[in-house]
Amino acid sequence: MGNTTYRDALRKALSDRMKADPDVVLIGEEVGRYGGAYGVTKGLVDEFGAERVIDTPISEPSIVGAAVGAAMSGLRPVAELMYVDFIGMTMDQLANQAAKIRYMFGGQIGVPMILRTQGGTGRSAGAQHSQSLEAYVMHTPGLRLAMPATVSDAYHLLQQSMAQPDPVVFIEHKALYATTGELDDKTPAAPWGKAHVPHLGNDLVIVTYSRQLHYALLAAETLAKDGIEATIIDLRTLNPLDIDTIRLHVERCGRAIVVSEGVMTAGVAAELAARISEECFDFLEDPVIRIAGEDIPISVSPLLETNSVPTPDLIAEAARMMLS
Amino acid sequence: MRLQTNSRLAAHYHLMRRIRTFEERVGELFVRGQSAGSMLHLSIGEEAAAVGVGSNMRDGDTFTTHHRGHGVFLARGADPRLMMAEIAGKETGYCSGKGGSMHIADMKLGHLGANAIVGGGIPSVVGAGLAARHRKSDNISVAFFGDGATGQGILYESMNMAALWHLPVLFVCINNQYGMGTRIDNATAAPDLHKRAVSFGLEGAQVDGSDVETVAEVAGDLISDARSGKPGFLVVDCYRFYGHARMDKSPYRDETEEAQGRLRDPVAKARQTLISRGEMNDESLDELDRQIAAEMDATIDFAADAREPQLDSIFDDVYDPSTPPPESVRDRLARVLGRARQA
Repeated sequence: MGNTTYRDALRKALSDRMKADPDVVLIGEEVGRYGGAYGVTKGLVDEFGAERVIDTPISEPSIVGAAVGAAMSGLRPVAELMYVDFIGMTMDQLANQAAKIRYMFGGQIGVPMILRTQGGTGRSAGAQHSQSLEAYVMHTPGLRLAMPATVSDAYHLLQQSMAQPDPVVFIEHKALYATTGELDDKTPAAPWGKAHVPHLGNDLVIVTYSRQLHYALLAAETLAKDGIEATIIDLRTLNPLDIDTIRLHVERCGRAIVVSEGVMTAGVAAELAARISEECFDFLEDPVIRIAGEDIPISVSPLLETNSVPTPDLIAEAARMMLS
Repeated sequence: MRLQTNSRLAAHYHLMRRIRTFEERVGELFVRGQSAGSMLHLSIGEEAAAVGVGSNMRDGDTFTTHHRGHGVFLARGADPRLMMAEIAGKETGYCSGKGGSMHIADMKLGHLGANAIVGGGIPSVVGAGLAARHRKSDNISVAFFGDGATGQGILYESMNMAALWHLPVLFVCINNQYGMGTRIDNATAAPDLHKRAVSFGLEGAQVDGSDVETVAEVAGDLISDARSGKPGFLVVDCYRFYGHARMDKSPYRDETEEAQGRLRDPVAKARQTLISRGEMNDESLDELDRQIAAEMDATIDFAADAREPQLDSIFDDVYDPSTPPPESVRDRLARVLGRARQA
């Protein structure tokens, strides 16, 4: 049992950074008085004031756009998008402005902003509040992408993101806010851009991130009872992507499954599978298998919702089939 | 070049003539095949908006522009040679040849960027306004855009935020009557655009863009208000003398309308006023025009002679230089297939 929740670790990262750097400001819907739709920013407006914890109208494009202008003007804005499902509203400011300003302007200036948001299933929130849209971000050069799975990374990855010179999209998982874990606020699991390997085995590699890390770890426990030893890789960031760690373990084990909650087609799992197939072709005993969200919208029904995305059982089943 | 008079109007004429002549040379650069592409949007006819507002801004103020933003940048002190080199896609240009006409920017002059997305640069001034207030400076940030941007929702979001938070921000709508080929009366049922701003709680004004003195006077008041936290919205009514971009021959409007529209010429009007007031005469104005023509002629040669970007700069500045650049397709091929063959 841990001592901190994912939610509190995120809040501590914001608070610690705001204390250290007066140019860090939070901007978004309900970040102030309400404390954030998922409670992450609770109390920060009392601690830092309404000038630094800025409640906005419901205007997602201009929230991100204001963060772009603020970042270009010397602030370190942390914008909050209540649900990643709203990212389409902001895509011009994110993909055409934040992501391209450094390049278009010949390197004159960067856009050191964070867009904090959350995604994923787990609350019967329906098709417009449950998606995993990280592929949209990963498909846009110029944007960094961080997706913490653990309490430790909720803190350290957010701290690391706030120190980046380029725009970072930081996607939390709504089903993880209440999870608990040990928070050692001195030592991150890994440096920025490096994957973490929380479980080592010799039979296959399961590459994943965000909530699916926990499902992969559950699958690994089950598999161990059947004598199958899996290596689990938590990518932590999808841009940068730590292909070296993936390659090291896939070459050693010869088999790989990639697991993502986002939909299968043209998604993050597809990109990871393609990279592994290219980079590790001569070491592979089996095709790289994608386990990803079904190519369907998410239902409100808990039964349908749960079965729209990978489960520990599905991951274990895939591993068993691969090794049978 | 030095003006022989202290007249403010003469200074405005000088700047407007430089903008007009620069834009004409941009057209020549295209005709000579030396521009990078044909996405060139000339601000001829809109000079009073750029100069009337720009001359009221000061060092440290920031601004964003749109796809038709050459004039505004010149009014804020741009070097026309570096602009022309950028429009030609050369390394010497403001953005190392990566931005071009529609993505020109210069942080030293407070230019947070031209924008090829209609309305795309507008919310940046909200952020810049927040930053100015955070620093307790009295600088402002100005968004310049065309009437076409009044069809974009992000404008109204940004107006609302600026008013709500009392930001040191000015919105300047250069209403040249056309969004590409669509005349404003085909794009809105309520063309009194400044009234929208008033309904949002902003200071709003609408001025005749053929008269630079009026534009400057009204802009001066709005900017002074903006510095004290009363954001404003200025509509400058003018006429886009030429087509949307270089390839557009304006088939959607007739010659009579164009002839009428081009009578609303801020450069000609300033010239007449200077003469009628006896501040300058035909001779001194002609001499000034000749000097400006020579300055702008030189920008074409400067751009033509400027160095092309190095091919290996193609991966630079996607990310901060402290981090590795993206791997090229060829490098990856060599690495992946090389590895496969060795194995």
